[in-house]
Amino acid sequence: MKRREFTDKLVTGVMALMLGLTALFLLVFLVRMFGQGARALSWEFLFTAPRNAMREGGIYPALVGTFLLTGLAMLIALPLGVFTAVWLTNYGRPLWLVRILRVAINTLAGTPSIIFGLFGMAVFANLLGFDISLLSGGLTLAILALPVIINNTEQALRGVPADFREASLALGATTRQTISRVLLPTALPNILTGAIISIGRVAGETAPIMFTAATFYSRRLPRGLFDEVMALPYHIYGLMTEGTHPAQQVPIAYGTALVLLILVLAISAAAIITRGLIRRKRQW
Amino acid sequence: MSFPDNQQNLHSDTGAQAPVFVRMKLKSFKEKSFQAITYTAALLTVACLLGIIFGIFREGLPLFESVNLKEFLFTNSWYPTHAEPEFGAWALIAGSLAVTLGALVIAIPLGLGAAIFLAEIAGPRLSELAKPVVELLAGIPSVVYGLFGMAFLAPLVRQWFDLDTGLNVFTVSVILGVMIVPVICSMCEDALSNVPKNIREASLALGATRAETIFKAVVPAAKNGIAGSILMGFGRAVGETMVVLMVAGGAARIPGSVFDPVRPLTSTIAAEMGETVIGDLHYQSLFALAIILFLITFVSNLVTEALLIRRDGR
Repeated sequence: MKRREFTDKLVTGVMALMLGLTALFLLVFLVRMFGQGARALSWEFLFTAPRNAMREGGIYPALVGTFLLTGLAMLIALPLGVFTAVWLTNYGRPLWLVRILRVAINTLAGTPSIIFGLFGMAVFANLLGFDISLLSGGLTLAILALPVIINNTEQALRGVPADFREASLALGATTRQTISRVLLPTALPNILTGAIISIGRVAGETAPIMFTAATFYSRRLPRGLFDEVMALPYHIYGLMTEGTHPAQQVPIAYGTALVLLILVLAISAAAIITRGLIRRKRQW
Repeated sequence: MSFPDNQQNLHSDTGAQAPVFVRMKLKSFKEKSFQAITYTAALLTVACLLGIIFGIFREGLPLFESVNLKEFLFTNSWYPTHAEPEFGAWALIAGSLAVTLGALVIAIPLGLGAAIFLAEIAGPRLSELAKPVVELLAGIPSVVYGLFGMAFLAPLVRQWFDLDTGLNVFTVSVILGVMIVPVICSMCEDALSNVPKNIREASLALGATRAETIFKAVVPAAKNGIAGSILMGFGRAVGETMVVLMVAGGAARIPGSVFDPVRPLTSTIAAEMGETVIGDLHYQSLFALAIILFLITFVSNLVTEALLIRRDGR
């Protein structure tokens, strides 16, 4: 009896230790990132361009580039994803297409991001002639975000109680009217919070934009869809691997990483908290 | 549809002046075109996947007109830029497998342990708090982990173990491992939470301790979901690019120990693509590596799906 109790305690302790170790590593990680990154941060850092071959100056072009890339990706992925999810939940005929679509969504979700990058380079940049540009990168990131948005929108739509839909149909509304005036408005908060969480993911991706959109150094902001852009994640990579002055570049890399980290975490956290509040407030 | 007059208020947008049959036509046209739009979106999504497959195969397959497939897969001299280029990808595949295995060795105990603790042992308050935190951690950009590994962990590893370089399998495994813990943990926790309560209660009622209940009743009942979570972690680790690109060291050799640098598939693609000329052998060979990578993740995805469907059917 004593031995069994001891084993029980031991096992419980080991499980807690696993959680503790993970938490400890992440704590060291966050403390390091914030500690080192905070030294570089200033308004000047955020709002000026890099100077002196990336040894000094700020990250303004990269910050703007990341906003543009992410925004463009969402602009493309959100309507495509939402309509796909609407089709999946409300029409879903023929059945073979549903099956293929499910396989496609799951495969896209599991495909490594570097493959999206290669695809974007081969098809958008070379085949279609968009070159290394905001447009190529935005399209590539859009495809990357697509499965997340579809899955999340589908969940949100399926979360709307069947009564709502049946009541609407019983009142004589057509399927389209039911979708656009009942289902989508009801599911909208969940669709949006999910999309915002995926914004956080998209903003931090490096591999897909390496060969489709990003450039290490650019003095000016992109002037149009066909201009190449700087981006925060790629800037970090560039500072760490290119250039000849690591002593000056590493602190800037830490600062850039902190900005990216705060951006991604803040956006996602806001969405996660909002989603929690919506769930609690919901009446049905 | 059969009572068009009753619907006048519902859709004033069809125009109150128009005769009934015109309104009907307009309405059915709107319905049809809306359905067509959603249908097109669904087709486009499928087209995205087909486009990716088409894109990488179109660029990668021509390599095998000049390089033997067997040689490509099973020899390990990767000298794509020599005058007599050699494309033996085995060392790169081995590199990918080494770092993925290392990551799993670290992430499986941490992820499963944390999930079991959160789902079975911790109070509801801690679990409620942990769930969003885990979700948040899953979103930390990999390039930030790469920076952390390169600028902080690698020098420490070098010092601790007295090595020539801290950029090696061990350091990558630690970082990749911690990176996929949230993936494994959240999926595994879901699997455990889906185990019916009566299984737990029956086991406890029979006099089993909590640990015995967890490992002899709950975990076996959730084994498909747990296996799925591990495969998901595998897929994430094998396809991760930035961390391995920055921290793996980049030597295209089969690692002899955990402190050897390696060059996995993903980092080879990322590091060398910039040096290639579109359409040359080197370019094609990198796309061929991408095909291998795609097939690995595709198969692991299919297996995960199969596992999860079986769980649902239980």
